[in-house]
Amino acid sequence: MNRSENVIDVHGLQKRFGDKTVVDGLSLQLREGEIHGFLGPNGSGKTTSIRMLCGLLTPDGGSGRCLGHDVLRESAAIKREVGYMTQRFSLWDDLSIEENLHFVGRMFGVVGRRQRVERALEGLGLGGRRRQLAGTLSGGWKQRLALASCLMHEPRLLLLDEPTAGVDPKARRDFWEEIHRLSAAGITVLVSTHYMDEAERCHRLSYLAYGRLLATGRGAEIVAAQGLSTWAVSGDGVERLSEALRQLPAVEQVASFGTQLHVSGRDATRLQAELARFVAAHGLRMDAARPSLEDVFMHLMQGARDPLER
Amino acid sequence: MTRISLSRWLGILIKEFIQLRRDRLTFGMIVGIPILQLVLFGFAINSDPKHLPTAVVIAEPGPAARAFVAAMQNSGYFDVLGRVSEDQAARALARGEVQFVVSFPPDFQRDLVRGRPVAIAVEADATDPQATGGAVAVLNHLGAELFAPDLPGRRLAAMAPVELRVLRRYNPEGITAYNIVPGLLGVILTLTMVLMTGLAMTRERERGTFENLMATPATPFEVITGKLVPYVLIGLVQVTLVLIAARWIFHVPMLGSIALLYGVVLIFIVANLVLGITFSSIARNQLQAMQMTFFFFLPSMLLSGFMFPFRGMPEWAQAVGSLLPLTHFLVLVRGILLKASGTVLLWPSIWPILLFTCVVLAVGLRTFRRTLD
Ligand SMILES: Nc1ncnc2c1ncn2[C@@H]1O[C@H](COP(=O)(O)OP(=O)(O)O)[C@@H](O)[C@H]1O
Ligand SMILES: [Mg+2]
Repeated sequence: MNRSENVIDVHGLQKRFGDKTVVDGLSLQLREGEIHGFLGPNGSGKTTSIRMLCGLLTPDGGSGRCLGHDVLRESAAIKREVGYMTQRFSLWDDLSIEENLHFVGRMFGVVGRRQRVERALEGLGLGGRRRQLAGTLSGGWKQRLALASCLMHEPRLLLLDEPTAGVDPKARRDFWEEIHRLSAAGITVLVSTHYMDEAERCHRLSYLAYGRLLATGRGAEIVAAQGLSTWAVSGDGVERLSEALRQLPAVEQVASFGTQLHVSGRDATRLQAELARFVAAHGLRMDAARPSLEDVFMHLMQGARDPLER
Repeated sequence: MTRISLSRWLGILIKEFIQLRRDRLTFGMIVGIPILQLVLFGFAINSDPKHLPTAVVIAEPGPAARAFVAAMQNSGYFDVLGRVSEDQAARALARGEVQFVVSFPPDFQRDLVRGRPVAIAVEADATDPQATGGAVAVLNHLGAELFAPDLPGRRLAAMAPVELRVLRRYNPEGITAYNIVPGLLGVILTLTMVLMTGLAMTRERERGTFENLMATPATPFEVITGKLVPYVLIGLVQVTLVLIAARWIFHVPMLGSIALLYGVVLIFIVANLVLGITFSSIARNQLQAMQMTFFFFLPSMLLSGFMFPFRGMPEWAQAVGSLLPLTHFLVLVRGILLKASGTVLLWPSIWPILLFTCVVLAVGLRTFRRTLD
């Protein structure tokens, strides 16, 4: 593969389970060293997409390459070069930390396996607990072990499926430090997440809903492209007024942020005029706010209707 | 195609060993099932089998011999396969193709007419004493009736008594344990091997580890065979346990080659493991794998000749039975332990097991899903 080529380059990937189309026309391009965030509500097809990229599911339609290998025909070659971290912890509970690493090392035919396992244990800070069964680790440690195990064979592409779900903030921060270190070393990362702070840490994002890609690009680009204007409304009893705010014609969405409500709409002038009247009537205050990624994603979600409910 | 890698294969093998060592329940099964079965089946199961295949050796044909053979056939207990030579008869008996060989001496007809005492030799394969008991009694009765010297009007009525010399081969005292215990060897292996490997793959699937396994470059062949090896060793341990019990508790004779015995045991174990792992890759969960195992285990118990003498079963049952590895394994084990049969003689029972293994392995490799689709 030459350097200018994309690490992931797929077009129109499609996956059906029965007569339900779970991923519909997914196109994705990832450059080398990029950290790409994969966002979308539960059931939007993130896991299915990732599985298609690493050869665990055969796409029903579409084409493309992953690390230069055809996603339809060369899944064996893809598997050898990709590090895939499953959504659920899927290492062997009844193997120790060390045994799990050795197993994965053997499966990928890692050269100098012993040293690599030692280095991984050292890196994890788990040298002293190497004989502990993986099933007895806490969520954060399991996640770190899973990451270490999918790095054993020095993959050039990491596919991480909700790696930080159920992990405490400190462990999450450490995890992202590690991801950025890996990215700096030239490893490409596709990571799915529900956390907005994590989305902000990605170079580029893709937003998926009902199996369709609704937006892709840098965070700021996605926000700008939606042309949303947002106001932060605050004051006494504002929480109780969210329903009333939603009734205003120019208001497209209302979201609570602590003691404030983020009120957004695409028609900036009408929104400002209607809000000004509302705020005055209820003795509140309003401040211009930058629409957050979350505001934009909620907006995208509302725009995309479930094809099954149509 | 990915080539087979020794590193990956060893990896799977080592992993299975470690997991097995930590799995108390499976360990309990390895020891528990043989003990339970030995206790349960240590006693006899009664039955009165009919239509037992019989070969007759008639040196000089005559009306007397013909009448006797016809009477045997009419009794319902014997299916006379036809006249054969002495050699052919001996081989058929050793292979378990016939249950009885009835031999009429060269001067049977003449001696009978002249009123000299004559004897019909009956050789019975008594490895399964249940199979022979009833039929031998019938034979005695037939002899008495046909050749009774003092009954008027009987064409065949003899001047002198006709003696039936019954020779019980292989298990002269008709001890049921001689038959049951070697049979148990096969039953225990069938149950534990198919069951344990049946769970092997579905367990991975239920725990979610299958996804991780599939994300590695492992090929179906590596996964399937790598997972089997530890169970081969377990099977050999079980066999040794049962053989020790057979020798020292049930005093079963061991006339044949123990090496050959372990050889056929190995073939049989592999057949069952391959079946189990194939169930495992077809089944969606552990419960389904378990159901498939019992679906296979029941006919194996009932139609293989373990519960009921094989030659005494209806034809359709024999046809089904001859597809099952256990049927052939029983012939092999009884042949080696009680008859000291050798490889050449046993070959007709070895190849069906090998064929079974190949067919099932092919199905297993085909159905093994390399993806999660
Ligand atoms: N193996 C499968 N069989 C049938 N439906 C599936 C399967 N895997 C996922 N789905 C369905 O596909 C949809 C997308 O699932 P998934 O890719 O797991 O979404 P996400 O990871 O974004 O939560 C869901 O509705 C899910 O129920
Ligand atoms: Mg998911």
